[in-house]
Amino acid sequence: MGRGVAANSAYVVTPLPVPPPQGRRERCGADFRNLTYVPASQIVCARLARAMTRSLTLRAMLVSVAIFALFVAVWQLATMGSGPAVPMDPEYAKLVGATASQGKSAMPGPLDVWLKIWEHLKNPFYDRGTNDKGLGIQLAWSIARVMAGYLLAVAVAIPTGFLIGMSPLMSRALDPFIQVLKPISPLAWMPLALYTIKDSHLSSIFVIFICSLWPMLINTAFGVSAVRKEWLNVARTLEVGTLRRAFTIILPAAAPTILTGMRISIGIAWLVIVAAEMLVGGTGIGYFVWNEWNNLSITNVITAILLIGIIGMILDQLLARATRLVTFPE
Amino acid sequence: MSDDRFISIEGITKRFPAAGGGVTTVFEDLWLSMRRGDFTCIIGHSGCGKTTVLNILAGLDAPSDGTVIVDNQGIEGPSLDRAVIFQSHALLPWRTVMGNVAYAVSSKWRSHRKVEVERQSQRFIDLVGLTGAEHKRPAELSGGMKQRVGIARALSIEPKIMLMDEPFSALDALTRGTLQDEVRRICLETGQTVFMITHDVDEAIYLADRVVLMTNGPEAVFAEIVENPLPKERKRTDVHKHPLYYGVRNHIIDFLVSRSKGFAEEIKGGGYDRRRVPVVRLGAPEPVIAAESRPELKQESDLIRGRA
Repeated sequence: MGRGVAANSAYVVTPLPVPPPQGRRERCGADFRNLTYVPASQIVCARLARAMTRSLTLRAMLVSVAIFALFVAVWQLATMGSGPAVPMDPEYAKLVGATASQGKSAMPGPLDVWLKIWEHLKNPFYDRGTNDKGLGIQLAWSIARVMAGYLLAVAVAIPTGFLIGMSPLMSRALDPFIQVLKPISPLAWMPLALYTIKDSHLSSIFVIFICSLWPMLINTAFGVSAVRKEWLNVARTLEVGTLRRAFTIILPAAAPTILTGMRISIGIAWLVIVAAEMLVGGTGIGYFVWNEWNNLSITNVITAILLIGIIGMILDQLLARATRLVTFPE
Repeated sequence: MSDDRFISIEGITKRFPAAGGGVTTVFEDLWLSMRRGDFTCIIGHSGCGKTTVLNILAGLDAPSDGTVIVDNQGIEGPSLDRAVIFQSHALLPWRTVMGNVAYAVSSKWRSHRKVEVERQSQRFIDLVGLTGAEHKRPAELSGGMKQRVGIARALSIEPKIMLMDEPFSALDALTRGTLQDEVRRICLETGQTVFMITHDVDEAIYLADRVVLMTNGPEAVFAEIVENPLPKERKRTDVHKHPLYYGVRNHIIDFLVSRSKGFAEEIKGGGYDRRRVPVVRLGAPEPVIAAESRPELKQESDLIRGRA
């Protein structure tokens, strides 16, 4: 019976030894032989299906793509334009724009935004005067301000955090100041900064400094004070001096906590820079957003929003990677 | 004489302010001396203050009163002369095996070059049988291997005294046995003076030259010093065949089970001198109590020990 199928099939068949006719077992053997004729394409499909069920990443990716497609479709539908087209003189229609003349939505569709992004990506560093600079230049300004304020905060927060964490006296003495200063919105400092520093660029750096200071300071102090007693005892029995102890025991032990604080800080700094630049103006991605709002270019605003998100994600991931580097398994 | 009183605990007291305004006395006016090259085990129930005594010896804790003299010098804080093996091994998890040992070596010899530090570290890594695992991190090691690193780190600074706080209590029975053998071998080879806390009577008898029995706290005292009658050359597989093994074992267990609680009652009649803790030397069939520190008995006890 098996031979007959094999003769008509295009697939390679290996003849199986026929088991001796013996009740149930014989039937099992026959069924099994029939199952061996499977087209190659079907095997590939089955493998793919199995791989997909196995790989959570792949399935998650598919869901993400589906959600994105749904979002874009809804966006497209919502901005297709449903308003009444008023018959008017073509010259006049040109003057008032498509929104008024053809009932087109003022909100750009996904394609408009994509074309805009493409346009910016093609030429990110052009400079045609104060209010018309490439997105690359604007982002570079913002990143430079964030880095300056953030690194200044690192330089202040980590040594101060060590001091607070290592000295119970300083911990108690500085606590009221930290508790009062920490909840102040960074932008509340802006007028004071502008008045004292008298420079809008430096003022925005100061605002970044003050907002990224607290998470780093508090995490460093916590990490330093929570170093395991037994590690400190090891250093004590080895007569290790204070400075060497700080660098060889406390710093590596507290590094994961410190870097977590730095990661929170960079996130906050990137949130605050947009608002700060909207206030001080001139350059930067925050200023770009506000300027494009004044130009009523929603396409540019959406482009900038997307880019802010992507840069924020990159900054966060850089610090997440750094945190993983200093994390030790126990 | 300084060899006989290499470590001398002289009247140490530890008091804590208790909850509710009072004062808790963990122990008071403790006296004990240890010979150079001796392996001393201290046994007692949890909370009697053994670890506090060890921490005072290490210099990690200061006594409320009294002093400890080591090699004719009073203890003032931790020292590289006294290495500690911690119960929880206390390895630095971000450093490798080599890194952990080298950290101790470079702390002792600060001007050593990297090559010299690594050579010294390697010597002790080899000694504890961890050759080949130098570049592993503590998280990749088993409990026994971690404690070996702790031992290598303590030995690598070539201390005058090793202080061990229940070093094997977190290990499984097989590993514990192997490590006890290794520690005994290393201590005999290097003539190390060791002070060790343990809860395990058999471990104490196998390792120690003298076993100090400590009563229950608060206000714990050193009740007796039991001289180990087993020969210096002993094998794990043979110790229990020694005619005096069970005598010593029963004596220590009797103390832990019943006498450690009521020791204050036992010495009410007098005859107990805090400064001269009674030395118990077991000979078949009955234990003999000798006061070693009394000068008139000194010669006799030396004769018995075969030192005269």
